[in-house]
Amino acid sequence: MATHKIRVTVNGAAREAEVESRLLLVHLLREEFRLTGTHIGCDTTHCGACTVLLDGQPVKSCTVLAVQADGRQVETVEGLEKDGKLHPIQEGFWQEHGLQCGYCTPGMMMTSCALLARNANPSEAEIREAISGNLCRCTGYLNIVKAVQYAANKQKEGAHVAA
Amino acid sequence: MIPAAFDYHAPTTLKEAVALLSQHKDSAKVLSGGQSLLPLLKLRLGQAGHLVDIGRIPGLEYIKEEGGMLRIGGRTRESTLERSELVRARYPILIDTAQVIADPLVRNMATVGGNLAHGDPGNDHPATMIALGAQVVAVGPKGDRVIRIDEFFLGLFQTALQPDEILTEIRIPTPPARSGGAYFKLERKVGDYATAAAAAQITLGSSGAVERVGLALTNVGPTPVRSAAAEKHLTGKRPDAASIGEAARLVAQASSPSADRRGSVDYKREMARVMAVRALTKAVERAGGR
Amino acid sequence: MSPPRTSAEVSGMGHSMKRKEDPRFIRGKGNYIDDIQLPGMLYLDIVRSPFAHAKIKSINTDKASKMPGVLAVITGETLAKFNLHWMPTLMSDTQMVLPTEKVMYQAQEVAAVVATSRYAAADAIEAVEVDYDPLPVVVDPFKALEPGAPVLRTDKKDKKDNRIFHWEAGDRAGTDKAFAEADVVVKQDVYIPRIHVASIETCGCIADFDRVNGKLTVYMTTQAPHAIRTVFALVAGHVGLSEEKIRIVSPDIGGGFGGKVPVYPGYVIAVAASVVIGKPVKWIEDRMENLQADSFARDYHVHAELAARKDGTMTALRIKTIADHGYADAAANPSKFPAGLFSICTGSYDLKRAFAEVDGVYTNKPPGGIAYRCSFRVTEAVHTIERITDVLAQELKMDPAQLRLKNFIPKEKFPYKSALGWEYDSGDYPAALKKAMEIAGYAQLRKEQAEKRARGELMGIGISSFTEIVGAGPSKHFDILGIKMFDSCEIRVHPTGKAIARFGTKSQGQGHETTYAQIVAEELGIPAAHVQVEEGDTDTAPYGLGTYASRSTPTAGAAGAMAARKIRDKARKIAAHLLECAEDDLVWEPGKFSVKGAPQRSKTIQEIAFAAYTNHPPGMEAGLEAVDYYDPPNLTFPFGSYICVVDIDRGTGMVKIRRFVAVDDCGNIINPMIVDGQIHGGLAMGMAPALLEEISYDENGNIQGGSFMDYLLPTAMETPRWETDKTVTPSPHHPFGAKGVGESATVGAPPAIANAVVDALAHLGVKHIDIPITPEKVWRILKEKGVAE
Repeated sequence: MATHKIRVTVNGAAREAEVESRLLLVHLLREEFRLTGTHIGCDTTHCGACTVLLDGQPVKSCTVLAVQADGRQVETVEGLEKDGKLHPIQEGFWQEHGLQCGYCTPGMMMTSCALLARNANPSEAEIREAISGNLCRCTGYLNIVKAVQYAANKQKEGAHVAA
Repeated sequence: MIPAAFDYHAPTTLKEAVALLSQHKDSAKVLSGGQSLLPLLKLRLGQAGHLVDIGRIPGLEYIKEEGGMLRIGGRTRESTLERSELVRARYPILIDTAQVIADPLVRNMATVGGNLAHGDPGNDHPATMIALGAQVVAVGPKGDRVIRIDEFFLGLFQTALQPDEILTEIRIPTPPARSGGAYFKLERKVGDYATAAAAAQITLGSSGAVERVGLALTNVGPTPVRSAAAEKHLTGKRPDAASIGEAARLVAQASSPSADRRGSVDYKREMARVMAVRALTKAVERAGGR
Repeated sequence: MSPPRTSAEVSGMGHSMKRKEDPRFIRGKGNYIDDIQLPGMLYLDIVRSPFAHAKIKSINTDKASKMPGVLAVITGETLAKFNLHWMPTLMSDTQMVLPTEKVMYQAQEVAAVVATSRYAAADAIEAVEVDYDPLPVVVDPFKALEPGAPVLRTDKKDKKDNRIFHWEAGDRAGTDKAFAEADVVVKQDVYIPRIHVASIETCGCIADFDRVNGKLTVYMTTQAPHAIRTVFALVAGHVGLSEEKIRIVSPDIGGGFGGKVPVYPGYVIAVAASVVIGKPVKWIEDRMENLQADSFARDYHVHAELAARKDGTMTALRIKTIADHGYADAAANPSKFPAGLFSICTGSYDLKRAFAEVDGVYTNKPPGGIAYRCSFRVTEAVHTIERITDVLAQELKMDPAQLRLKNFIPKEKFPYKSALGWEYDSGDYPAALKKAMEIAGYAQLRKEQAEKRARGELMGIGISSFTEIVGAGPSKHFDILGIKMFDSCEIRVHPTGKAIARFGTKSQGQGHETTYAQIVAEELGIPAAHVQVEEGDTDTAPYGLGTYASRSTPTAGAAGAMAARKIRDKARKIAAHLLECAEDDLVWEPGKFSVKGAPQRSKTIQEIAFAAYTNHPPGMEAGLEAVDYYDPPNLTFPFGSYICVVDIDRGTGMVKIRRFVAVDDCGNIINPMIVDGQIHGGLAMGMAPALLEEISYDENGNIQGGSFMDYLLPTAMETPRWETDKTVTPSPHHPFGAKGVGESATVGAPPAIANAVVDALAHLGVKHIDIPITPEKVWRILKEKGVAE
């Protein structure tokens, strides 16, 4: 089977790899590029622990082939902090106790970032709907909602440009 | 979790894509959003020697109204459809439907064309497109052809698409004034396939009687379920609880659900009826009927 | 709750300190097992049985062995050479690592492949050819006990049936007599189905055997690293593994909930592979493997009876349970408690007589069962008593809140000896229920319900007033495989007044790096930010039994306080030396000793720490550290009252939780923010089994619900906005009055929800619905009663 040379921009940096056709994007990120912040939690495209931004849209990277990301932009949790400054969503999760074991957290944050980029003032219902593709077992979701609301308020204060 | 090996092709024109499909025949599968195909391959339930990714072919993602119809490019993302102001204003049944497909993340990759072409009775768009009386455009080695949606779904995972054809456009006739549609889906939780769902599209005449009705059900048979008797019953009548109730009963009766964890056969059939009542009632409301 | 004693800077008990572990998680820099890559690392994948019960006729590994990247294909025969094909379970039963004769459950491990890449291993397992001869399948535990049922454990000589154990507690004769004399007796069968913790991270390990040094390091998703180390030393001692040369490292764990307590075959196979090959071997299971093969929880078929006087006073409780354990008793209970702490089933009520018996049974299902985010078998016990209490209320036409208030153990009776032998440490049940009723607006809700009922709308209000039993446990009664269930803490204070504290437990998200630091801060006045907490590395942490069943705060947290107090005792001596006074002349406040009557003469803990290394008293050892192994004198008994309001869709049977009020009492609180988080999460993991989750088997032993397609975890859309509050009733025996809280809500929530749904339908004559309360179950009732839309 042929391999493919691909070029993917990850968190603003151009990365290259030679991959099998079947390599999943999540494995490209975790194994090839050693960005292990994106996690794997299931095998049926349900849990969302693998969520990354692909050209700005949150997608489940376990159900995208690495080759599909060729020539495109991927943003992962590792790219949220810029110049030593936490992204408001990271601050929000910390301040509002929006994480416990931390495993679903990168996926939750990437989804939330994308939400805030297109809706700066989401209601609780809109937040819950936006994260309905991300499963959490630890938190019962309430503090995750508060974390996103915190970030929304922080972004309105103009503290940080959204990712 | 890990698919068996396959070859991957990323053609940049439809012609190239069709040629690849013709070349590899049954061993080739179209990769559109991949949200139905890749899960199957990851569980090694489906087999594909070649994936033909149509994601690099320009000109397949659009939503526009022209020539008396809404034309949706086959590769239009569900999330794009969901957020279209045009669609929300004039075809709300499509918003209802897009909003309940899987979850918001899957909808960022999944495509409208893919949702139809896969032939999965659990997919949501087929019933809605049937209710709307849509058509699809298929492009193959001999050029393109238009297929009526009510001739498109042939069986479980079987559509009228040939192995060397690609679904490039969905065409929905713009409903006249005093029309309304709705899609109601019963699911165990967000992200699930339908226990049962119903799509209803209604046009009312000036007297308030039903001039046209399209009614179809999701996931209660190997293909979307439609009932000529149900539609005939409502046509020409005022849509009230009794006539809606009977139409819903008739369409549910035409269903052949399979028992699974979502429910037994009779529960699903009953839920098809309940969803049909709700979809028809909302469609009438949107048509300005009540 | 009284205000914190320490300043925000010190951040001792009562402060909602932001978590110290978060900086790495919010940056995606957590260190979970699958994040770890070691040089030369190989990958293990497992071939699993499609059959629930079958003889293995042959296993052909030729094709697989020749595939690219494959180094080894391991079968039961391979392991049998080292006598590692069977292993003990935590309940002293045995289970297969890899079979040599037959498979006993669908998805059982049959063979394993070791390859140079994950993808190569995934391909190779498809190429292993196994020839099976199916055998009759036993999935019904009642049928399994019938005479003539196929005996499943043919590996046990002299075993003639499928009964694993019979356990009982209480006074059978006295209880029977009370029943005979009762005015009212209600009976209810309650089935609590099999479920799975499904933490978002699955299980896995990297076994790394260093041939040069003869040392085995296993990075493992384990909630109990020390116990694992000792088990490995005992089980594999004969192949040369020696306990001082085994290191278990539990790094960051993505949720445990009990599912990461057992030793799974995958771990043992990975260890064997690494020892033989001499390279690190990684095994990470897929989600479907996790759901289908790892330990389940619950699966209790309960028959309960409650006796009462006609004025509603409960007089006796009688329970008989059949416990379906799968093909091996791989439960993670303390060894003397095969049915866990099920005897908490008298609940929050002053029941003078009770008798409970449980029979464990073998079936062709995966072995288990663990305690899904609860103390051992406590969810089953509480669900039973809270459900049958409502059945009694319905029978007596009494309001369920009033019935509970009438029967609660009164505050003055604590410590309370229950009819089944537990000494409840403290409780104020009426206060919690009354608070919940006030927050919920109970009277108004009942009024609303009456109005809605008149219009044919279905609204229900459900109450659950639970008592949990956690903190296992006193060495007199509690051990796992003989190892007593104490826990430990070792604290070392550095010259500059900072500290490191290591514990024998292992957080999987509970926030120990923060809460334990807060305990030390409270006791010593060293700012929590300056106390580094470590857990999970058996080479450095003091011996402990791990984190599960809400035991950490009651045991290791207590050890932390006691170790800190030992340090304080030494600090006092040093302070007296520095201040040239008698020890008794010194007064302690968090962070410093001062002279009685002369407060300006003082030494801070930091000054004392420095002196411990630079100016310690003659005759005293230098340094400032202590270890404590804490043997709790008793368990602790967190409790609470929950009120759930539901609305039922008459067309579909769907239950929507409109409100959920939870009032919890976990004694004194270390970090209110973290406690709330634990409760929110527990409520979600109580709601899930109540409405959505179930693993079942058809008559051929095929699993239903073996993937996230059908094993339904609630999303943020199904989950309501929790309303939480507290009462505080400290534990009298715990060093700082705390009780543990991580799992209370998982225990209290399911009956609140079940009671609400039954309440919504009670006027139609409905007495009970088993969980999960699916829309179809409700719809069938509505149809039967003629009220479906």
